[in-house]
Amino acid sequence: MRDVAIIGAGETKYGEHWEKSLRDLAVEAGLKALEDAGIGAQDIQAIFGGNMSAGSFVGQDHVGALIADFAGLAEHKVPAIRVESACASGAAALHSGYMAVASGLYDIVLVGGVEKMTDLQGDMVTDILAGAADREWEVFFGATFPALGAMMARRYMYEYGLTKEQMALLPVIAHKHGAMNPDAHFQREVTVDQVINAPMVADPLTIMNCSPVSDGGAAVVLASADIARKYTDSPIKISASVAANDYLSLHERESLTRSPSTIEAGKKAYKMAKKEPKDIDLVEIHDAFSIIALLGIEDLGFAKKGEGIKLAEEGQLYYDGDLPYNVSGGLKAKGHPVGATGVGQVVEIVKQLRNEAGKRQVPNARVGLAHNVGGTMTSSIVHILEVM
Amino acid sequence: MVVPRFWRERRSRYSLIGTKCPVCGTVYFPPRSVCPKCGRKSVGKMEEVQLSGKGKVYSYTIVHQNVIGYKYQKPYVMAIIETPEGPKLTGQIVDVEPEKVHIGMPVHAVFRRIAEDGKAGIIQYGYKFVPDEE
Repeated sequence: MRDVAIIGAGETKYGEHWEKSLRDLAVEAGLKALEDAGIGAQDIQAIFGGNMSAGSFVGQDHVGALIADFAGLAEHKVPAIRVESACASGAAALHSGYMAVASGLYDIVLVGGVEKMTDLQGDMVTDILAGAADREWEVFFGATFPALGAMMARRYMYEYGLTKEQMALLPVIAHKHGAMNPDAHFQREVTVDQVINAPMVADPLTIMNCSPVSDGGAAVVLASADIARKYTDSPIKISASVAANDYLSLHERESLTRSPSTIEAGKKAYKMAKKEPKDIDLVEIHDAFSIIALLGIEDLGFAKKGEGIKLAEEGQLYYDGDLPYNVSGGLKAKGHPVGATGVGQVVEIVKQLRNEAGKRQVPNARVGLAHNVGGTMTSSIVHILEVM
Repeated sequence: MVVPRFWRERRSRYSLIGTKCPVCGTVYFPPRSVCPKCGRKSVGKMEEVQLSGKGKVYSYTIVHQNVIGYKYQKPYVMAIIETPEGPKLTGQIVDVEPEKVHIGMPVHAVFRRIAEDGKAGIIQYGYKFVPDEE
């Protein structure tokens, strides 16, 4: 195994892109990453693309081939493979690209993520996203994805006394950061009252506890660390890339208030990177629902079980606090184009570690952690990045 | 969808048939062909077992979304039910005012219509839960 670095990063704005198709979004993100790395498409040896469900969202499968073709790579016969792990598809693609370079098989790889979600009506999107859960034994009986998140939240409230007002702090922080990110889906701040009084999706989750339906693409260029400086003065090392899986159905878990896959991925990632939670300068944590972010904060070792929300109450999660959290705006405010999200989290960390994040720049950021999950925290993937 | 998609699951959805690992005794629902705890020692040996249908609410939510096939039921109560045999099941709680549902509430399974595939499509059946008599 050899060290792997990110030498280029780029993404589209997240949001409702009525004027852009799946391929437009993917190609835009990919070309931005290549431009950032200062290389051309002909330098790419392989593509790994994260995408959850283009087959359902726009009726297009064979997404790897489509993207490679319209990125101009068909003449070069570059292999392009789509990777799927529900909402963790982006991080799963990065994990695949990391392995491909670390193994020595390829020297330069493009990792992308893309999702085009707004070509369908809301109830159809809800149904497709529910495919991240167990279609036959959860969804069949009427469980939507937010319903499953809501049952995690309800149980957490029962076990630890969390209130809706406390839980609302997480979207409030995410929106505060999103307001400083020109690429975010939502660029306005919200209040606790707005969160708890928003339309109910699945009690106790209002629509403001849920990430939006977004279109978007994100991409990074990976290179073996020994050649990275040929392309950039500020390569970012991938110090850890770890994936872990749990039971698919929420009802199979012993507990609804902890995620064994996140705990496992976190522990192994810290070990691989030779880091501890206290060494992390900023985190991008998967906040598809506020409750998932809270479990993520605790299960990654940043707070004791039941006490994660204290970090929000104490103001530590703001970009200038002790544990800058979802400085990009997170899934909640930056947006959640599912296949792009895991790659987009890493694009944000790259910008932060290169000191290029503008108004939301975290001071002296050297080490960042990205936490991307699929399903009800079924698949958890953790990446730790650091300045080389 | 065609009939076999629903037909093949009928025994578990109508009669709560799960499986028990003869090595460690753990009961699973829906049925599994391998016990996650005992691995290959359990392969080919998993035994069928019928759940009693009894249980208690472990967690729940009231769904307000428009859901394909379920939109005429909204708002409806979804729950995870803890059974005395061990497995937890996801299902709706019906014949109850949503605000009366609480964690720990005793319920039991009943056979009900779950959803329909449009006006001319298949009517799908399975279990829902109702509160025990007080």
